[in-house]
Amino acid sequence: MSKVFIALQTNDDTRQIIQAILADNPHAICNEQPAMVKIDAEGSLVVRRSTIEELIGRDFDLQELHINLISLTGNVDETDDELTLSWNA
Amino acid sequence: MDMKVGKKKLGLKEKYQHMTRGLGWETTYQSMDDVFPFVKYEGIKIHDWDKWEDPFRLTMDAYWKYQAEKERKLYAIIDAYAQNNGHLNVTDARYLNAIKLFLNGISPLEYMAHRGFAMTGRQFPGVGARVACLMQSLDEIRHAQTQIHSLSNYNKYYNGFHDYRHMLERVWYLSVPRSFFDDAVTAGPFEFMVAIGFSFEYVLTNLLFVPFVSGAAYNGDMGTMTFGFSAQSDEARHMTLGLEVIKFVLEQDPDNLPIVQQWIDKWTWRGYRVLTLVGMMMDYMLPKRIMSWKEAWEVYFEENGGALFKDLARYGIRPPKWLDQIEQDKDHISHQAWATFYNYAAACNFHTWIPTDDELDWLSQKYPNSFDKYYRPRLEHWREEAKKGNRFYNKTLPMLCQTCQIPMIFTEPGDPTQICYREVDYKDNKYHFCSDGCKEIFEHEPEKYIQAWLPVHQIYQGNCFEEGVDPTAEGFDPLSAVLDYYHLAQGRDNLDFEGSEDQKNFEAWRGMATKNAA
Repeated sequence: MSKVFIALQTNDDTRQIIQAILADNPHAICNEQPAMVKIDAEGSLVVRRSTIEELIGRDFDLQELHINLISLTGNVDETDDELTLSWNA
Repeated sequence: MDMKVGKKKLGLKEKYQHMTRGLGWETTYQSMDDVFPFVKYEGIKIHDWDKWEDPFRLTMDAYWKYQAEKERKLYAIIDAYAQNNGHLNVTDARYLNAIKLFLNGISPLEYMAHRGFAMTGRQFPGVGARVACLMQSLDEIRHAQTQIHSLSNYNKYYNGFHDYRHMLERVWYLSVPRSFFDDAVTAGPFEFMVAIGFSFEYVLTNLLFVPFVSGAAYNGDMGTMTFGFSAQSDEARHMTLGLEVIKFVLEQDPDNLPIVQQWIDKWTWRGYRVLTLVGMMMDYMLPKRIMSWKEAWEVYFEENGGALFKDLARYGIRPPKWLDQIEQDKDHISHQAWATFYNYAAACNFHTWIPTDDELDWLSQKYPNSFDKYYRPRLEHWREEAKKGNRFYNKTLPMLCQTCQIPMIFTEPGDPTQICYREVDYKDNKYHFCSDGCKEIFEHEPEKYIQAWLPVHQIYQGNCFEEGVDPTAEGFDPLSAVLDYYHLAQGRDNLDFEGSEDQKNFEAWRGMATKNAA
């Protein structure tokens, strides 16, 4: 199975986002690098709005991710509630 | 950021539909072929543009909101960095040469990407694709501007940053990135999308931005880190667009496959050659290193690119050609490139040097198969010579590859002691190439590549001297005349880092920043 990843800047906005991603994707591995994190996951990875909202205590629009996003791989599918990265092979 | 999220009237998917579908129409006063003149000649067949979908479903209203937020963050940091004399916090002054290379070699490509996506967006009849190209075009001009703004702060203090616009079209090594992008923007709209949107953004851009910008952070360069991360936050969207383009085009018609495959082969190789400069930056120019070029290549090309091409196999796409050579090259190209710039430091707008012993050890450890055997002894020899006062500067001009325009410095696959030469006879002339990849790319479009503006040829033809200079005059010094033409000051902008004005100034200013005046 191929790996997908999402890379985010590390700052105060992303702390809970990273926490939420790791909570929703127990198979994901978080690699900390200077000023950024790269979260790798076999097959697919999901970013869930509800988990982030619970952690930050306010409404969250998944498109806010763009502000602190560095890079990603995989086929992207975004809805109001989830952003999913996946490979088909 | 504490952004208030109001109650949504439309869901993301519905909003995307409304904002990207109803905006186009079939023209009647003029034929669609006249309005979109370039969309068919490349042979790509599109039957239904409405099948195009941006996976992020980003619409212009949301785009402006998030981009404005990114800009506010960026400029707050840039101002603070400048006000705080942040440039004195970089690890050491050698680091500055990496960002000279960035400003001169990469930022102008951002501007060319802006132009390329504006032109390409104009040529696509599908509104979804046009909106995506419009956003990317705006992103790219933002990148060019923020990079120039951020790096202008360094221009107040250090050499080599002073005239990137002029140098781009003249300085020998800058013809490599420049010709790469010129090649892309002079292609048709679909080839441009595969070249830049897919091959460069998706397959290769991580190698430039992720380890290099993280490296800038590691070396205390908050300015570069900030514009780098701000640019990267757009790259994820660009990469997604690049992948979407490929999938969309392949799903539209089976006849598109061989055309797209040929472009992927060509542009992965072209982009890979340009990235030689990045390999050198990572292995030699960051005083604190984050990962080797080879390691970055393995993570971002072999692992991610491998997953990508496995995914695309369902469309009949195979991995790009020449991968076996690329696989071997990762042990070599950064060392071969640094040796070249060390040789030609007299004709550059940045300084080079021999790495310290610690750094040589790091390279030995990262490159166990190649560094001690082929490259370390040469660097140590040059260091000995420099100590004796014979710092080696190569004064002959190198032969250039007609396609990638890099000097013929790369070695034969399988034999790192033998320079790789290929040649082709075309219409009474002989053309030279650094590799099978560059040769094959030429053979596919010879009429395009015979027009290449090769800096070495141009110097020999007398086209790289200021107006009025007489190369036949007694005591004519060609190097000095070429430096004038480049707007480079001999002894200030060029030569070895050791003894440079940058080195002295940085040391003196850092001293002033940490001590009181006597």
